[in-house]
Amino acid sequence: MARNNSWQEYQKDIADDKYFYVRSCIRQNFFPGSERVFLNILRNDLGLDVKEEAIHTSCTGIGYHSDIVPLETIMAVVARQFALMTEAGYENFISSCITSFGIYTEILETWHEFPETEERAREDLYKATGRVFNKPKNLAHTSDIIFHHREKIAQKAKFRLINSKTGEPLKVVDHIGCHYAKLFPKKGVGGSEFPYVIAGMVDSWGGDIIDYPERRHCCGFGFRNYLVKANRGSSVANSQKKFESMAPYKPDLIVGNCPGCSMFLDKWQYTIHEIEGVAYGENNRGIPTLTYEEMAGLVLGYNPWDMGMQMHQIDVEPLLDKMGVNYDPAEKYLGVNGEYIGRPEDASINTNCY
Amino acid sequence: MGKYYDLLMNDVRMVEGLKACINCGICTGVCPSAQFYKYDPRRIVDIVQSKDDDAIEELLKGDTIWYCGECMSCRPRCPRGNTPGYVIQALRLISQKLGFFVESEKGRQQLALKRVVGESIINVGYCLYPKLVDPEMHPEQGPVWKWIYDNDTKIYPKFSPNYLKEGVGAVRKINQDSLDELKRIFDVTGGTEFFEMIEDYSEKKAIEMGYDSADDSYFNDIYNYNSGNHQ
Repeated sequence: MARNNSWQEYQKDIADDKYFYVRSCIRQNFFPGSERVFLNILRNDLGLDVKEEAIHTSCTGIGYHSDIVPLETIMAVVARQFALMTEAGYENFISSCITSFGIYTEILETWHEFPETEERAREDLYKATGRVFNKPKNLAHTSDIIFHHREKIAQKAKFRLINSKTGEPLKVVDHIGCHYAKLFPKKGVGGSEFPYVIAGMVDSWGGDIIDYPERRHCCGFGFRNYLVKANRGSSVANSQKKFESMAPYKPDLIVGNCPGCSMFLDKWQYTIHEIEGVAYGENNRGIPTLTYEEMAGLVLGYNPWDMGMQMHQIDVEPLLDKMGVNYDPAEKYLGVNGEYIGRPEDASINTNCY
Repeated sequence: MGKYYDLLMNDVRMVEGLKACINCGICTGVCPSAQFYKYDPRRIVDIVQSKDDDAIEELLKGDTIWYCGECMSCRPRCPRGNTPGYVIQALRLISQKLGFFVESEKGRQQLALKRVVGESIINVGYCLYPKLVDPEMHPEQGPVWKWIYDNDTKIYPKFSPNYLKEGVGAVRKINQDSLDELKRIFDVTGGTEFFEMIEDYSEKKAIEMGYDSADDSYFNDIYNYNSGNHQ
């Protein structure tokens, strides 16, 4: 009962349509196909209006959380993003990055609590660019948008999150990313304690969410704790803590909300296997790690190689086979013109025998 | 007594992040960095609220404040509504403004972050881009990333209409007018001055430590070296 009452506090208003979309430094770098499939789902499958902007920049959030970009600077950069939204005639601002979503949320809250900081940001932006802005009427992370439309996606599903051989629901581990809801819990679906943004998609599409003990633990990114090579032991150790906690539940896949977390939960499985020979998935292999856009795309029948799933370090084929997704193995390593471009060196975490 | 505390309290993150700590330690209990490093955010907040200048200066010159990963796991759990992560951000700002960051191994790494992330922001408008993630500096990225890195012009255009070109799409080139606007924002708001300050203090420290400058071997050492004294 207490859990249900708490959950009621962590619903959020999410706009139905007409979105101004800003990209993520990390997602476009490591999961460019996820950004494309997100736009395709909204425009082509759901018939929604999404404005892409060619001239927005990074929010500079990674620099801010590495403590090299001052607060006043990032506030003016964010003000410029809002100005571009205003100039385009949109009011619903959506961000493809959890770090950015945290930044936008925090800055709007800071402007509310400390109005003089908003006044300075407006002055700084005007002085630097001549631009002015309105604040968004609605701010959401792109996963909120998929969550909001999850039942429409379920109605169009070509595949469900079900093992096609056994008929059992796939066991899904979610990771919502610290800055989605730990900064301002009421700005995230389910807050930081009852994360439901990914879980809601999984519920609607037939899978089972695993509520494992370290579900809320940081992936380990920690900005400077990964970005500086000397510090990376901290980053991998925290991911390992999560893998060890989830492994006993035998997850079929991990789904990340944050692009950085998704990348780390994919890459650190490789690293840990190289260092210690330990794997956390079936048959001594890795656990396929997806973005929520990729999960939605698979449900809707998108070709995994058109979504960039060949860019993952942990092979996704075991998951595709379980879902009964048809794919052409020969397409995996084709370049933009359809030519074979060679393949990556094998990694032992992918080549252990079934 | 209290001069550093007064400096810190000029930062809105301190006003928001430090009310009255009751030393319960839940922040330390949930902190990912505390589980890896000799790190106790409860202790840091307690020192700051003590207003003891000597103790705060020791923090500003030491490694401890640089262990936090700013995940903010502490924020929703504090029963008094404090945010030790915000206190850390304010301490790091002051440590850099006063030039104290170069006195510790972890603090000196700010130069690497400025040169890698900061210069990327100014030069291309992104915190990172594919060619910045060199497999030599990022062996943990694995062989698939090396394949992507080596074949970027054949892979990214599958997913973006404008890879490294102006227009919309993933890893597009941001036009020069926008980069100029971004640079002016840094100039107007103190971001450029902050970068220069990190460079200046690092240059002086590098020479003091026997390097020719803060380039090359100094940079490589702060980026790669781990004394092993942190856990």
